Amino acid sequence: MSDVPGARGAIPQPVSGGAAAAAPVPAVASDGGKAGRNQIRREQRRVLFTSPAFVVGCLIVGFWVLAAIAPGLLTSAGEKEFVEAGNNSRPFGETWLGTDSTGWDVYARIIYGARPILIVAPIATALAIVVGTLLGLIMGYYRGWVDEVLSRVLEAILSIPVILMAILVVTTFGKSTPIIVGTIALLFVPAITRTIRSAAISESDLDYVTSAKMRGENGLYIVSREILPNVVGLVVVELTVRLGYAVFTYATLAFLGFIGGSVTDADWGVDVAQQFNQIVNDRWWSSIFPATAIATLVIGVNLIADSIDKALKS
Amino acid sequence: MATLAILLVIITAIPNLAPGNPARKVAGGTASPEVLAQVTEDLGLNDSILVQLGKTAQSVLTLDFGTSPAGQPVSEILWSSLGNSAKLVILSLILIVPLSILGGLIAAYKKDSLLDRVIVNVGVAFSAVPDFVAGVFLLAFLAVPYDFFKTQASAPGEGPLVQLQHLLLPAIAVLAVYFGYLARITRAGTINALEADYTRTAFMRGLSTRDVFRNHVARNALQPTVAVLGTQLGYLFGGMVALEKVFNYPGVGKMILDAVEGANYPALRAGVLTVAIIYMLATLAADLLVAYMNPRVRQSLGDN
Repeated sequence: MSDVPGARGAIPQPVSGGAAAAAPVPAVASDGGKAGRNQIRREQRRVLFTSPAFVVGCLIVGFWVLAAIAPGLLTSAGEKEFVEAGNNSRPFGETWLGTDSTGWDVYARIIYGARPILIVAPIATALAIVVGTLLGLIMGYYRGWVDEVLSRVLEAILSIPVILMAILVVTTFGKSTPIIVGTIALLFVPAITRTIRSAAISESDLDYVTSAKMRGENGLYIVSREILPNVVGLVVVELTVRLGYAVFTYATLAFLGFIGGSVTDADWGVDVAQQFNQIVNDRWWSSIFPATAIATLVIGVNLIADSIDKALKS
Repeated sequence: MATLAILLVIITAIPNLAPGNPARKVAGGTASPEVLAQVTEDLGLNDSILVQLGKTAQSVLTLDFGTSPAGQPVSEILWSSLGNSAKLVILSLILIVPLSILGGLIAAYKKDSLLDRVIVNVGVAFSAVPDFVAGVFLLAFLAVPYDFFKTQASAPGEGPLVQLQHLLLPAIAVLAVYFGYLARITRAGTINALEADYTRTAFMRGLSTRDVFRNHVARNALQPTVAVLGTQLGYLFGGMVALEKVFNYPGVGKMILDAVEGANYPALRAGVLTVAIIYMLATLAADLLVAYMNPRVRQSLGDN
């Protein structure tokens, strides 16, 4: 991915670098039209599907998606079932990944814990991409004072770390899943808008836009039929990169106790928060395994994002 | 400046937007109506939103953020948290800046080698991982087995060296998160500079690799790195909420978290605005530094 995290999403959240913005897909509209574009697309797809990073990323993410859809297939124990091993039993013994201080099976908790994060992150990302792309295209094509004002507002939001802003918004409006989804979506809009806006600005200067204007096409047509197809690769990259951040942000909010719901429900971030105090008692497994689950999901998504980005530039 | 103004509006609006009565949160569920009215008055919620906005702006200009509901001056909490965060940020920067620049330079000079691929891929994998996850791993695999690493990041009243020792693990967690990001940006900047015409010309003039690097490459290659460091400083101060929780460290992140939980709006306002101001100052400083590093810009400044 061209814009690596300000990990800070959490930090890192990340002020996205300008790098992504500088890399729009090649404008192919001028040279042989559809046939040329299709051939490039086919070539890009071949590069993508044969990339080991992409395959590994898909396997990891696929596993967690399966866990989220059908947890019963992957584990026989329930998320709140007291297993025979008792509490604080070590991993790789009676149970696969041990049991936590309450006596729940850590492996079962992880499998059941995939669902909340895989519901919130994709929905929030999809919302943010739709709004951000729309805003970015409109601002980049029309410019003017609306663009000026909106740009200042977006900058203001970007000056506060995403996680802080998320804490503020969630405490103001209440801890519930719809609020969390809306908050993450809202906070991701500025970065996406900025990337798409600068791509739209450089596209607007190209000949194909000028000639469309001279043909007398209206603004809506130019934005949706001329510019959008040429930034769609960038949108896909943004989508996958932001998905990684959304997973990151949700996990952090859960760890900090801002997602509402019951702390007994399986959720990776919540489980790490509940169990990490056990580490000093040499009981690492009940927090390290859910933490590993978070890490693998973010890395999996980023592997996919990265290989899509590379394929588009190939 | 416009950015700050917009933030002031957002921050002021928050207690007014919050569902339920913020005064009740502050005073507790069993407070009598008289107490409740007093607290509402103290929070300034009886004033019109414009008056509130004016007061917030005034508090920024005078650096006086009022007192918390518990009666402690907010500036006191703010300065001590800010000091703690500064210690962690400085130690982290001392680790991050040289290591990631070095990593990026090596990757760029050995482009497409195995070493390059390892630096880029491992760095990116780590930078994708949330800071608290890195923190929990360090806790389990360094702090517990080795006495040298501490599970608590703060050691009030101890000597500077002991404090440093306590801060080491969270700083390493920050390093893990930032290394890949900065190394990758340095690598890209260096590759651009190495492929540029002025570098080729310098080599053709017969300069040694070292001279070319010092006089031509470094200046240009590190501009993006400096710019990014500037934007990340605000995040380092305010974005480490979860990491501060893992290591029980009373920095700005923890201050804001406590303020949210205790409905301490004055402290919340002070914390968020401080992070924003740091971000703005750091971004400005980085912009100036980048301009200074860029020979073309420096030339034009000199001409004037």
